[in-house]
Amino acid sequence: MASLEIQNLQISIGDKPIVKGLSLTIRSGEVHAIMGPNGTGKSTLAKAIAGHPDYTITGGDVLLDGKSVLEMETDERARAGLFLAFQYPSEIPGVTIANFLRAALQARLAEGEEIDASAYYKRLYAKMDLLKIDRKFTSRAVNDGFSGGEKKRCEILQMAMLEPKFALMDETDSGLDIDALRIVAEGVNAQRGSAISPGILLITHYQRLLDYIIPDHVHVMWDGRIVKSGDKSLALELEAKGYDWVKQEFAAASA
Amino acid sequence: MSTASPATQSQNGSFTAEVFAAHLATQAAAPAWWLERKRAAYAQFAALPMPARTNEGWRFSNIGTLSLDGVAVATPSNLKSQISDFKFKAVAELTFANNTLSSRTALPADLAAKGVIVTTLAEAAVKHADLLKAHFMAQPQKLGSEKFAALHIAFVGDGAFIYVPKGVTVTDPIVVTHLASGAGTAVFPHTLVVAEENSRATVVDYFVSADASAHFACGANDLYAGHGAQLTYVAAQNWSPTTLSFQFNSTVVRRDARVQSLNLHLGARQARHESLSQLQAPGAFSEMLALTVAMGAQEFDQRTLQIHQAPNTKSDLLYKNALRDTARTIFSGLIVVDPDAQKTDAYQSNRNLMLSDDAEANSLPGLEIQANDVRCTHGATSSRIDPEQEFYLQSRGIAKAAADELLTFGFFEEVLNRLENEPLHDALRELIKTKF
Repeated sequence: MASLEIQNLQISIGDKPIVKGLSLTIRSGEVHAIMGPNGTGKSTLAKAIAGHPDYTITGGDVLLDGKSVLEMETDERARAGLFLAFQYPSEIPGVTIANFLRAALQARLAEGEEIDASAYYKRLYAKMDLLKIDRKFTSRAVNDGFSGGEKKRCEILQMAMLEPKFALMDETDSGLDIDALRIVAEGVNAQRGSAISPGILLITHYQRLLDYIIPDHVHVMWDGRIVKSGDKSLALELEAKGYDWVKQEFAAASA
Repeated sequence: MSTASPATQSQNGSFTAEVFAAHLATQAAAPAWWLERKRAAYAQFAALPMPARTNEGWRFSNIGTLSLDGVAVATPSNLKSQISDFKFKAVAELTFANNTLSSRTALPADLAAKGVIVTTLAEAAVKHADLLKAHFMAQPQKLGSEKFAALHIAFVGDGAFIYVPKGVTVTDPIVVTHLASGAGTAVFPHTLVVAEENSRATVVDYFVSADASAHFACGANDLYAGHGAQLTYVAAQNWSPTTLSFQFNSTVVRRDARVQSLNLHLGARQARHESLSQLQAPGAFSEMLALTVAMGAQEFDQRTLQIHQAPNTKSDLLYKNALRDTARTIFSGLIVVDPDAQKTDAYQSNRNLMLSDDAEANSLPGLEIQANDVRCTHGATSSRIDPEQEFYLQSRGIAKAAADELLTFGFFEEVLNRLENEPLHDALRELIKTKF
């Protein structure tokens, strides 16, 4: 069983501390939801763990199977088993989905090893069918001109192809209508139920995604820290009481 | 030429009157008009000065490295095609090694029966003199290299002559390979294409060095698309990295004809490319495309001219350069719209992808419009790899260098995607990969 341990992590953008000591351990197969108001550091947490150069880790550690990832380049972290599903995936003109995923898989092979093209396409098409992505998309440029829903499905497709140990899903539900949300959730759940069974950190502002991807743990983030943890009922409580409740309850504590 | 002053000799470098006389002696089988044309060209070459820094047509160019010294007109070679890293289905192939035909494949019988001609300039000078007179280097040199164009005519040994008669379609590309071998070898590649009324053809020129030594290449191609013809022309320049290269393109587009040309620039230490498109009759369309991978200390100097000489004509230029290391590129493009060329639709765009802080891209877009009802757009941009795109690729496990390569190919794809011929598109992409 794999583990992702976030230990007292502190993250800054420039001189400004955003994440101020956050600890969380995720194991294979677990889904942890992090909820919280905008601007509380949720996306920063995900991007910094993936290695985004705009963020500085000023303290703490992130261990993947006991080994720190902080000295690794972004691509090394990805090959070690981390996956970031972007809130706003980049558009990559001129690079087709097929070539892009092939390059990503090729990067995981030893020098001199080549991808079996027919097996690759067979697997790619199967995952696309599951996510109701038209097979013609393989020859389209990555996210180029895609709708919001298409981009998010493309993120889940990449996750399905790359089979990470841990996925950090940053507001995957934002901009999705209910049908697209259901398709995306089915895609994630299919991976949860598979032998790969990644651990998932689900960052969301809204509870509705958690109706489709049932979390094992729910954490409330406020001002750069986890201030409350519970089971899925905590998400419902948040939905009922709203984030003002969080602010009132925890503002004093974090001040 | 014994009266030539020392200054004149130095501006002509290795191409002295004696060297020219020796070259003419090898052309004894050629018709008198051809030899006369060469003599006139040599006189023009010898009389013209080398480019000066003050010439507008050479702005930003490295003038000091344009030496004509230390080279010798190539002696014939029997090297065969070296197209192994640039492979796709071709209908006929000609290979010239050091200015001499070294191998050829026959045109399929049905195309030969329809009157398609794929032969040498030497043969065309005898059998198709009227066509050669009408189209060989027949257009004005307006972009700064009058001296080198004259040098080309003076010393051109052999080259390709391609003729597609009225209404004939040649589906697969006709491929001409121009090889240079041996240190200091001077080659003068030429490809002439005449596509008659409503014909269709694709012609590919491949310029390649057989060894890593420094060559001197001074080539030209003449393209003519008659009424309603559709001509696709691809030139891939892959000379050795120490070669000095000049290449002159002339494209004439007649009524409702369309020419698509794509120049891929990979090789040479310094490569000057001049491209002239003349839209001569209504409905004419010239699509001018180029891709350059500039690395090391290479300099790619591209000068273009789109002349709209008739109403309702269209030109669309897209030149993309990727620059690494301390490489330099120069793009200077001019759109000219003649007074009666109303409803002209002209577009010109130069885009530079800067992969190094030490590389230098110079852009000089220009317009000269004498008609009042036209649509002309031009622009130049330089940008770096987008760090968010790079992060996105890296976050999928792709190392930075591979990510940048993917993004560079993505940048090129906008141009490559304009080609209809998929195998040719793929072959060009593979050829570009050899430079990474």
